[in-house]
Amino acid sequence: MNKLEVHNVSYSYDGKTNVIENINLTLGKGELVSLLGVSGGGKTTLFNVIAGLNPPQTGEILLDGVNIAGIPGKISYMMQKDLLLPYRTIEDNVALPLLIHGTKKAEARKKVGAYFTEFGIEGTQKQYPAELSGGMRQRAALLRTYMFSGDVALLDEPFSALDTLTKSEMHRWYLDVMESIKLSTIFITHDIDEAILLSDRIYLLGGRPGTIAEEIVIREPKPRRRDFNLTEDFLSYKRQILNFLK
Amino acid sequence: MKKRLQNTTSDYLMPVTAITLFLIIWQCVSMLGLVPSFMLPSPVDVAKAFVKDFPLLLSHSGVTLLETFIGMAIGIAVGFLLAVLMDRYGLLRKALYPLIVLTQTIPTVAIAPLLVLWFGYEMLPKIILIVLVVFFPIAVNLLDGYQQADKDTINLLLAMGANDRQIFRYVKFPSALGHFFSSLKIAVSYAVVSAVISEWLGGFNGLGVYMTRVKKAYAFDKMFAVIFLISALSLILMWLVNVIQKKMMPWENRKEQ
Repeated sequence: MNKLEVHNVSYSYDGKTNVIENINLTLGKGELVSLLGVSGGGKTTLFNVIAGLNPPQTGEILLDGVNIAGIPGKISYMMQKDLLLPYRTIEDNVALPLLIHGTKKAEARKKVGAYFTEFGIEGTQKQYPAELSGGMRQRAALLRTYMFSGDVALLDEPFSALDTLTKSEMHRWYLDVMESIKLSTIFITHDIDEAILLSDRIYLLGGRPGTIAEEIVIREPKPRRRDFNLTEDFLSYKRQILNFLK
Repeated sequence: MKKRLQNTTSDYLMPVTAITLFLIIWQCVSMLGLVPSFMLPSPVDVAKAFVKDFPLLLSHSGVTLLETFIGMAIGIAVGFLLAVLMDRYGLLRKALYPLIVLTQTIPTVAIAPLLVLWFGYEMLPKIILIVLVVFFPIAVNLLDGYQQADKDTINLLLAMGANDRQIFRYVKFPSALGHFFSSLKIAVSYAVVSAVISEWLGGFNGLGVYMTRVKKAYAFDKMFAVIFLISALSLILMWLVNVIQKKMMPWENRKEQ
């Protein structure tokens, strides 16, 4: 069974014009799926709907076969900015989802503490976000996202603010972490290379209202070779996507 | 950071020099007899009066400070509560906001006598006046802080399944803390002045009462002594607010490192 299934979902802010229309997508266990498309194409709106912030007008969202449309707190969601609260230490930032679900502070700290090494931010527990580099903040934000609810994560351009070197380091790191904690991810990006490098499948979004226009399966096995982005296969995927987005 | 360190010496040195210079000029003016000494006592005379009346000043200060603290505490509580309610209920905000602004257009000096007539010569009218002066900056600034809390962060917490109370606790309140402390610094100096003004109008103890007594005796040196004391008290209270702020907002200090 698929981890997450989105069936015929449409959403409009005013009840008249659909921002997204008849969206169908699936996410298998441990899979990484990207949404790629022009900006203003309704990708973030779709995330808000899947995350339960906005209930869809039509359609259903099945998590492990249960409809969770309009119910927040079931799926981990990371927005474009890291949104770490500047007035909380890293460990208290990361523990926030647990506190919101009613875990006691000491217990929540202990629970998140176990993941700091795995996420490569050991030693930052008592620091404030302003004291960390961009890459470290992003890791902390990802850990917090993971503490949210566990195994399904929506990431809205999580690496877009990072410089190229940090970005490719984060890509490798993220794939490792996903593997070890059995995470399934839907990923929004504007970066075609990033999408091809990371994804098992790519959904191309087009038009207004936003609809899913194409699904591309990346058949390159994981973990991907270091020079995958220099191969002819990579370029042909890229050509296919560029042709479509034209 | 380095630049800051270099600056600190001159940060302290310049104002201290300016004040010292001012006192020296004042002392010279008095000693040369440019102004009759009964009208403008020299700084040395003022200091002498201060030392001589110190025990008396201390006990009067105690009363004024007590009024200030009680008034501040109630004023902060009222301001906090109003801000929370106005943030939560849009209709209430529309209804109350103009009314609250209106209360601030009434000058303190004008309602103080009325309060004395209504509530007598004890502490109550003084405390009420302080509350009236203090709640306004607190309520307005806190409300601003709550409303300016980052919308994306609030959405993120909603996605985590947070309720209104949790959003207030984890996002709105901490985001408004900076606003709160800057309004508290204003409120503190208002509070001391209001306490003194309402003591002028009647009472048995307090720096304002002391002031009216020495005024009637034409004791200019004591007048100056108490004026300095009042401004010193305000300064100490403002400094105290700063200390509490540093303690409660540790992330602000760390940022500079």
